[in-house]
Amino acid sequence: MTPSRRDFLKIAGASALTIMTPAIFVPTWAKDGIAIPPGQGLAPKKALAARRWAMAVDLTKCAENCTDCIVACHAVHNVPDFGNPKDEIKWIWTEPFASVFPGEAHDYSGEKLQKMRPPVFCNHCKNPPCVRVCPTGATFQRTDGIVMMDYHRCIGCRLCMAACPYGARSMNYRDPRPLIAKINPDFPTRTKGVVEKCNFCEERLAKGTLPACVEACRQKAITFGDADDPRSEIRRLLETRFSLQRRAHLGTGPQIYYLL
Amino acid sequence: MLEKALHGSLRYWIWMACLILVFCAGFFFYLRQLDYGLGITGMSRDVSWGLYIAQFTFLVGVAASAVMLMLPYYLHDYKAFGRITVLGEFLAVSAVVMCILFVFVDLGRPSRVMNVLLHPQPASILFWDMVVLSGYLFINIITGWVVLSCTQKEIPPPGWVKPIIYLSIPWAISIHTVTAFIYAGLPGRSFWLTAIMAPRFLASAFASGPALLILVCLILKRWGRFDAGEKAIQTLAKIVAYALAVSIFFVLVELFTVFYSQIPEHLHHFQYLFAGLDGRHNLVAWMWAFAVLSTAAFVILILPGVRRKEGWLSLACVLVFASLWIEKGLGLVIPGFIPSPLGAITEYSPTGPEIAITLGVWAAGFLLLTVFYKIFVHVRGGTDGSSCSPAVDKMIQ
Repeated sequence: MTPSRRDFLKIAGASALTIMTPAIFVPTWAKDGIAIPPGQGLAPKKALAARRWAMAVDLTKCAENCTDCIVACHAVHNVPDFGNPKDEIKWIWTEPFASVFPGEAHDYSGEKLQKMRPPVFCNHCKNPPCVRVCPTGATFQRTDGIVMMDYHRCIGCRLCMAACPYGARSMNYRDPRPLIAKINPDFPTRTKGVVEKCNFCEERLAKGTLPACVEACRQKAITFGDADDPRSEIRRLLETRFSLQRRAHLGTGPQIYYLL
Repeated sequence: MLEKALHGSLRYWIWMACLILVFCAGFFFYLRQLDYGLGITGMSRDVSWGLYIAQFTFLVGVAASAVMLMLPYYLHDYKAFGRITVLGEFLAVSAVVMCILFVFVDLGRPSRVMNVLLHPQPASILFWDMVVLSGYLFINIITGWVVLSCTQKEIPPPGWVKPIIYLSIPWAISIHTVTAFIYAGLPGRSFWLTAIMAPRFLASAFASGPALLILVCLILKRWGRFDAGEKAIQTLAKIVAYALAVSIFFVLVELFTVFYSQIPEHLHHFQYLFAGLDGRHNLVAWMWAFAVLSTAAFVILILPGVRRKEGWLSLACVLVFASLWIEKGLGLVIPGFIPSPLGAITEYSPTGPEIAITLGVWAAGFLLLTVFYKIFVHVRGGTDGSSCSPAVDKMIQ
């Protein structure tokens, strides 16, 4: 009996579904179960490690009109300069004190606070809303607290930009490559259509060096370290100095502390 | 049944040609957007969602048209809606298709859209929105198509569609709720951080969807040889009146909470919306137009004598649709970003290519809608003129 066209289509459809099945339902026993013991991964031995990376910015040391940290960060990370605020991409920048800490400044704040422009970064929140909302897992949190971006998985939906209470994220509205002043071959450039932000220099930590902004700061105003380690320098600062976090009442647990 | 869409009057073909033209213009500009990036739009670092996502939000509401027919007909056996449930389902299908297209054209890297399925994130509301929207699309395609095919063959629809029809009712509620949750769950955006967001979505949806349905029924009555019946249209008009009243009430409730409590984080967005902030007032005229148009529509709809006149009713429906388009399509998404989390007031206005792409997506939706309704009218008109066949009346009792 010659099969009818209908039968043929049925069989073809069923076959196609069968082929797709392993892609959708992978039994646990078929998954790679290789566990890498700590210290034996791809990261070299000299890599800096922590349980909770955090940063303390000493606003009393931060110099007025200084852009050293910004310039260093943007050069290392191939951040383009579009020259307009609409398409702008920035990992570190400065804002007026009253914008960074709404509610902490008042009508009678002295000239010092009114003129102060603290640097702002991604806060690498303990409880990051951007990670929660990302529909593809392109934004994720490492066990050491760093909130990362996978530029190859991001679909450019920009829900993370809406979710971030700090405006820390930038979208590549255009191809950034032609507008990068000098391309650093050690760090990937991005393509148009993906979101990016500060990554706490995880690529430098893996090589055993501190973040670029920390090294670039001539005033030594930025301290970077493990907030979970009671003997670390950053813990000593947080325990002895008065510090502010940006919009801490939102429950995001920002890991950038501003010392006053 | 699809072949029915290939026979039509000159007027039908002129209408189709216009839609195809607008669609092609939109597609041309979309190719340019693909090439240049989303920088071709008016969106910026501060206002990172614009017209596309706003249209998506509004059209999720229009997709509710179906449930306002299904619920009375299938749960309360309200016979007058029996002849037009399919219209509601097809309107829902077209609206959901437009929603999906609007999300798609908004993506920075559309080629990676399948990552949402390859790496599903159950914590992400956008993932769930994709699930409920595609589910709603399939439910309405299946029920609409099966019911219409059975009408053509003059047999009652098979029993297995009934559970799907019942499922479509809570499912319709879910598409609004989940879409509202995309906005209402973000900690830093105080404009959206309100528990009334989902109820507001539902109320305005139950007004805008049925309003468009009434307009379509009146158009089909005049030019399409199909009469939905006075009773069905008047009942729909009452539904629109109540839903619009609740919708306006919800907006006023928001306004009271924000303006009486005077918490700056919440207040600034509404000040920008209705009065302008720091001399920036792109949306002020639109929002007052919403206030005037929706009030006018409400007055027309609550007066039974006026509502019964077709001219007034169609005017009211146009006003409802336009005012809720302003409220959802402009006044809900954009001011969420103004002022920005750092207090900057960056205004947004769409660019030419962005508007062309937006119109292109609307044209695609109306193209689909026209084809569906053409088939519907043929099937309905084909059985016996403009009235129902007995088999149709016995549909799913």
